[in-house]
Amino acid sequence: MWAFINKLRSPKWFYAISARLQPWFWAAALILIVTGSVWGLAFAPADYQQGNSFRIIYVHVPAAFLAQSIFVSLAVTGLVYMVWKIKIADMAATVMAPLGAAMTFVALFSGAVWGVPTWGTWWMWDARLTSMLILLFLYLGVIALRGAFASRDSASRAASVLAMVGVINIPIIKYSVDWWYTLHQPATFTVTGRAAMPMEMWLPLLIMVLGFYSFFIALTLMRTRSEILRREASKRWVRELAEETT
Amino acid sequence: MAFATLPEFLAMGGHAPYVWSAWGLTAVLLLGAVLHARFERRQVLRQLRRRVRREAHQAGRSGRAQPIQTSRGGSTNEA
Repeated sequence: MWAFINKLRSPKWFYAISARLQPWFWAAALILIVTGSVWGLAFAPADYQQGNSFRIIYVHVPAAFLAQSIFVSLAVTGLVYMVWKIKIADMAATVMAPLGAAMTFVALFSGAVWGVPTWGTWWMWDARLTSMLILLFLYLGVIALRGAFASRDSASRAASVLAMVGVINIPIIKYSVDWWYTLHQPATFTVTGRAAMPMEMWLPLLIMVLGFYSFFIALTLMRTRSEILRREASKRWVRELAEETT
Repeated sequence: MAFATLPEFLAMGGHAPYVWSAWGLTAVLLLGAVLHARFERRQVLRQLRRRVRREAHQAGRSGRAQPIQTSRGGSTNEA
């Protein structure tokens, strides 16, 4: 176990293992997202109340899931970096943050656009919507902090601290629909059975969620590898690799 | 199949602007993320090769393969 954790610390080891894992996650992401999109857009039945606007759910919910999961990942990698000084955790955090911000924006935008035909308004200061907007600002703050210091370690520490503090927003987002029941509907997608929608609507949603997670993992592996090459440019193995790879 | 014809599919029962803008933005951002990651990888490798070549060149000029003062300042670290 300790040997495994020690290996995890090594950028060289990570670079090798991620090369082997990456294609599988890309393939899974492609297959799942294409299948889920075709199914959700063309084959799932229209909602009896919302008509076809409900098809927005197939991008809205997976994006919102990723937005929150990535922020939790930032907090965890931040903690790992602060406590054990593991560089690879900080590299992953660096490359994950922009995707998290993009997914938060997708969730907000698709929600606003969905709200027009469904609620008759694109925005309201509802608890769920407001806490998601705060999440977007937290992401932008984390990204901005990384650029705001001359020393890489100070920047990484500042970004880690903001992620670890900001993560309290995640349970607020999650329970906002139960605590303040105003506009946003409660969770439509639960792991613990009792599906809130029929199987032929729910299954493509599950596929899309899994596809988005695969995409996140694949992209993070790929970009962390680039980040390793960038930060470890003075290491011998990186130099040798630069000459081999074209 | 929830739609009988292609125009019907595109019209989304009158909800076309909402459905397609939400899906469109998602597609653009996901695709953009992939293209950016590919560009980033190529750029990092290019910079790395340039740096290795430059330092090999400097080493060659100084004449021997003993420890040379290479400029290890991380000037090429950030894109």
